[in-house]
Amino acid sequence: MPVPMPENTTAPQLLPLGADALIVRFSLMPDPGANAAAQAFCRALEAADMPGLVEIVPSLASAMVRFDPGQVARAQVLAGLERLLRGTDWAQVTPPPATRRWTIPAAFGGEFGPQLGEAATLAGLSESRAIEELCSVGLRVLAIGFAPGQPYLGLLPAHWNIARQSALTPLVPEGALVVAVRQVVLFANASMTGWRQAGQCAFRLFRPDEAEPFPLRIGDELRFEAVAHGEFRAIQASDDGGAHVARCEALT
Amino acid sequence: MSARLDIQSAGPGLCVQDLGRPGHLASGLSRGGAADRLALFEAAALLGLDRVQAGLEMAGMGGEFSVSRPMRFALTGAPMAASIDGAALRWQASHRLEPGQVLRIGGAKSGVFGYLTPAGGVATKPVLGSRSAHLAVGLGALLRGGDSLPLGADPAADAAAMHLPVADRFCGGNLRFMAGPQTALFGPEVLAAFQATEFVRSATGNRQGVRLEHAGAPFSAATEGIASDLIMPGDIQMTGDGVPYVLLSECQTTGGYARIGTVIAADLGRIAQAPPGARLRFSLLSLAEADAAFRPEAGLIASLRKSVQPLLRNPHDLADLLSYQLISGVVAGDEE
Repeated sequence: MPVPMPENTTAPQLLPLGADALIVRFSLMPDPGANAAAQAFCRALEAADMPGLVEIVPSLASAMVRFDPGQVARAQVLAGLERLLRGTDWAQVTPPPATRRWTIPAAFGGEFGPQLGEAATLAGLSESRAIEELCSVGLRVLAIGFAPGQPYLGLLPAHWNIARQSALTPLVPEGALVVAVRQVVLFANASMTGWRQAGQCAFRLFRPDEAEPFPLRIGDELRFEAVAHGEFRAIQASDDGGAHVARCEALT
Repeated sequence: MSARLDIQSAGPGLCVQDLGRPGHLASGLSRGGAADRLALFEAAALLGLDRVQAGLEMAGMGGEFSVSRPMRFALTGAPMAASIDGAALRWQASHRLEPGQVLRIGGAKSGVFGYLTPAGGVATKPVLGSRSAHLAVGLGALLRGGDSLPLGADPAADAAAMHLPVADRFCGGNLRFMAGPQTALFGPEVLAAFQATEFVRSATGNRQGVRLEHAGAPFSAATEGIASDLIMPGDIQMTGDGVPYVLLSECQTTGGYARIGTVIAADLGRIAQAPPGARLRFSLLSLAEADAAFRPEAGLIASLRKSVQPLLRNPHDLADLLSYQLISGVVAGDEE
């Protein structure tokens, strides 16, 4: 008999991940407050400069802390993390302000977003209203994963809490802009997916040979700018296919 | 002419691997690197190197190789039938290949991943700090016949051939694991049943992970819709159909499947090297036991060096026996 799902507890849990890492879990289920807490916690941990820590990574509702057991024992790391966690009511933390705002052109619907209509209907909106909402909300990068540089963006308003498809779309192109569960994902590579494709971007998310291989970071703000299909095709036909077409503003 | 390793023919899973590119989990790029990391450390110990060098990972079978300059190299990982111009080579050993000779490496006799490591290392241009191919994200690629790789300089080109006795991790067996972030979701009866089960490594597997099969009921935990979080090589994911999948070096950075635990680092080589059909069992270590079993990679080459021995050749195998000076220091006996 499987154990019944524990209720979401507001107290963060410290759990082992192999002999040299820990997960600090703010919520078992996806939860916007937990995402804010994870990001805030990682910033605080970076600032605390604890000895022996090798890598600090926020994700959707938790953070991973990797340490060097040759330098510091698990008990010491736990003690340090517990000290840091104790000072704050993590259930009340708001997302740390974004330090950068990206504006990225996107084509919606038609050949670039074959499931825009479906997604809009599920969200109770017309297609044009759906595009407006996707472009007007200042989305934040909540997590990066599945592929290098691939962002999970959110959160859209509550009526966008639409389910993933039961049958997978065999292939969406690199740059596909897909929606489900109040989030938007941009695919870093052509991929199979259960999310519905509403649009497409040309901006390249992973550039291994450039000085900045991963342009987007967790916490960045991102706004889509709807462009007509003709203009998007022109971007795709340009020298680098639109790989760098985006504005990035620093925010204080 | 610079030192090069020429691929005359390549097996289906031939690629350059080193210890991967750590430090990019926040950007969605997992460390990757050799599926059996220990094999690269064993190669470094055999070659008398002070750090791991990039070599060729050979999945299933190797290929045929030649060189432009004499090359010392090590053969580690899954034992494969290897020969130079038809003369058989010992595995878990270092050898020398001369220009004009052909090194042939056939199919694995046990295990999955063999490693051919040049003493100077493969010297291709690193990308994001590593020479490893990361096939799942399109960094590097499988090697093919006709490819040619630059090699680094051998720091000890005249060193003698060596051999390293290695415990057999190439036929499945017992995998020690530790509790992970979602172990508590599985309950004590499921954990007990998991450890009482004999699993078989299925035919489904690659550098991202391997699927295990078993007779009997699927393992389940009520874990639909949990938030994805960071995942690691060694993590034992319980997929939707209740079948375990053990993650290997090229796994993704995040995942939403519940994990029953994590195979400890010391046994990662055993799961990576389990061939299709290999039998496996899991046993749960306490946190203290798992921490005690952890060997930081920092001291590993030095520790392996203690077991490295000269490779003694059978005189019957030596075609040029008469050219060896086996006795020296003979005196007439009437010196002052």
